[in-house]
Amino acid sequence: MKLKKLALAAATTAALASAHAQISDNVVRIGVLTDLSGVYSDVSGKGTVVATQMAIDDFIARDKPSFRIEMVSADHQNKGDIAANKAREWFERDRVDVASELVTTSVALAVQKIAKEKNRIALVSGAASTRVTNEDCNDVTVHWTYDTYAVANGTAKAVTKTGGKKWFFLTADYAFGHSLETDASAVVKANGGEVLGTVRHPFPGSDFSSFLLKAQGSGAQIIGLANAGGDTINSIKQAAEFGVTPKQSLAGLLMFITDVHSLGLKVTQNMYLTEGFYWNLNDETRAWSKRFFDVHKRMPTMVQAGQYSSVMHYLKAVKAIGTDDTAKVMTQMKKTPVNDFFAKGGTIRDDGRMVHDMYLLQVKKPAESTTPWDYYHVRATIPAAEAFQPLSASKCPLVAKK
Amino acid sequence: MTLFGVSTQALFGQLLLGLINGSFYAVLSLGLAVIFGLLNIINFSHGALYMIGAFIALLGLEFLGMNYWVALAVAPLVVGLLGVVIERTMLRHLYKLDHLYGLLLTFGLALIAEGVFRYFFGVSGESYSPPEALQGGVDLGFMFMPLYRGWVVVASLTACVATWYVIEKTPLGATLRAATERPQLVQALGINVPVLITATYGVGVALAAFAGVLAAPIMQVNPVMGSNLIIVVFAVVVIGGMGSIAGSIVTGLALGLIEGLCKLLYAEASAVVIFVIMIIVLLVRPAGLFGKQA
Repeated sequence: MKLKKLALAAATTAALASAHAQISDNVVRIGVLTDLSGVYSDVSGKGTVVATQMAIDDFIARDKPSFRIEMVSADHQNKGDIAANKAREWFERDRVDVASELVTTSVALAVQKIAKEKNRIALVSGAASTRVTNEDCNDVTVHWTYDTYAVANGTAKAVTKTGGKKWFFLTADYAFGHSLETDASAVVKANGGEVLGTVRHPFPGSDFSSFLLKAQGSGAQIIGLANAGGDTINSIKQAAEFGVTPKQSLAGLLMFITDVHSLGLKVTQNMYLTEGFYWNLNDETRAWSKRFFDVHKRMPTMVQAGQYSSVMHYLKAVKAIGTDDTAKVMTQMKKTPVNDFFAKGGTIRDDGRMVHDMYLLQVKKPAESTTPWDYYHVRATIPAAEAFQPLSASKCPLVAKK
Repeated sequence: MTLFGVSTQALFGQLLLGLINGSFYAVLSLGLAVIFGLLNIINFSHGALYMIGAFIALLGLEFLGMNYWVALAVAPLVVGLLGVVIERTMLRHLYKLDHLYGLLLTFGLALIAEGVFRYFFGVSGESYSPPEALQGGVDLGFMFMPLYRGWVVVASLTACVATWYVIEKTPLGATLRAATERPQLVQALGINVPVLITATYGVGVALAAFAGVLAAPIMQVNPVMGSNLIIVVFAVVVIGGMGSIAGSIVTGLALGLIEGLCKLLYAEASAVVIFVIMIIVLLVRPAGLFGKQA
């Protein structure tokens, strides 16, 4: 008897399911593949898992979906091969619909390729390289939060325009550093500035005094830091020690609020940087960030805020069309503007780039900071149309076809 | 005036910086050399203990208001005691086995220490300011010299010379060296050899913590600061000759200078220059520059 009922229920569900569009096994599974223990774990890491859970909880509370949502997370240790294996396992065995976060370029590039192969979706928040939406772009990937073009462009342009014409670059000696330097140099020259020299330091480094001494002797006004994480932190600290700053100014080409937090305002004051999000922008960002802080005990980075935004946008798209079919969801996501605390009027382009406003920020002086994590003056909002690499310069085949 | 195509000003500046970095290498490699020379243990946890030294300074300041000078004494003491515990509870069981076991054990300990600190403090770390008296710097004409860096050179060289003197020139040092070469004989003379060995390990790792406190105001204090440095320091020890006390000091300083020069002339190679030298030295003098040839 029981069995019969069960069979009936199953049959009805199946019928209903096929009558509507389908959500595979009625569960949407979101995978968060991030760096939980390495150099990027402060910028993304556990905070992105927290943000994802918040997005899922908020979505369930507000939209009351008929389907279930599950989250899985894993540490990719910043290794492309580990990330690739995990993504494959998730897609093939665990029926995960979306692999998200994917900090570091090597990870993002590996996973977006597998997503394409398995016809699932990749939502990139933490990775920086513009390659994600250029040479390696595909139609199942969205690059959400920022990229090297957006952050280097914003800072270099603003600093050059406000009189910082003579630049010297301190560059991490690997692909990422080189591309950051190339992007920023182009912007400096385009705005009437000149690049007096560059020094490539081994990655990762711990003592930057020799390189800073070279920069000091170069006669440059601005020292552009084309590096990231611990390298940037130590460069800034030692620049202050050797009296490089404040005579010359530093411009961080890829910095996060966690870097400023760990260095303190005394050595970072007056630096310019560009981010896609700052918790203290308006009431909406403050409200969300406060909730995040209550769980994570740290204010969100742009990567963590962007992670929430991307997962929420995905879930809304699935609900709107009642299916988790990759192509249909992607179409829906691209059709709908992104309007939340993270982005206003954001759109996903054909190359997979989510374009939204970026913010040119300047680090406050210690005396100007009134509350914990109150670190930035917002000097300018860089409109979405200018912030990212224009489609006309895209190397993405999906765009070139048009 | 120019030399190697660079101005002498820049050259002096870079050599001075090399000397500063070299003095770090010297203190760290000295601790390793003491431990290897007297205990025959390849102490892979040296970098982690250096990191713990820096964290003791940082946390002491944050929670106990402990100033830099106190930290300079307390951190080596605490880490030294930690070393004593490690030696008594773990390392002593491995003396009879191959070197490799000691290496694996200490490597494991280093990974655990790093993991624990990463769990609590994240990877970005925190800043530690130099003490009031050593803030600022002097203009030497060819470069701006932060006072603190000058202090680092003085403090490390003093620690190095003192350690060398104790081991090579005092009766205590003589006993120590005898105890490691002929333990049974020395024990028969009524000297407590196991205690000597434990104390030696404690002093060796205390040197690592000392270097850690010295480094705290220069480098961001974070859980991986030790592992970034330890490989280079091992290369220094190998070049100097495993276990040679004076060798490790001289090599540390010399390699700091060479690295500084390399950063000036061809920065891209500065991370590998020490290893290139290591390979050459191993080919020509397998026991190291100052090691006793077998």
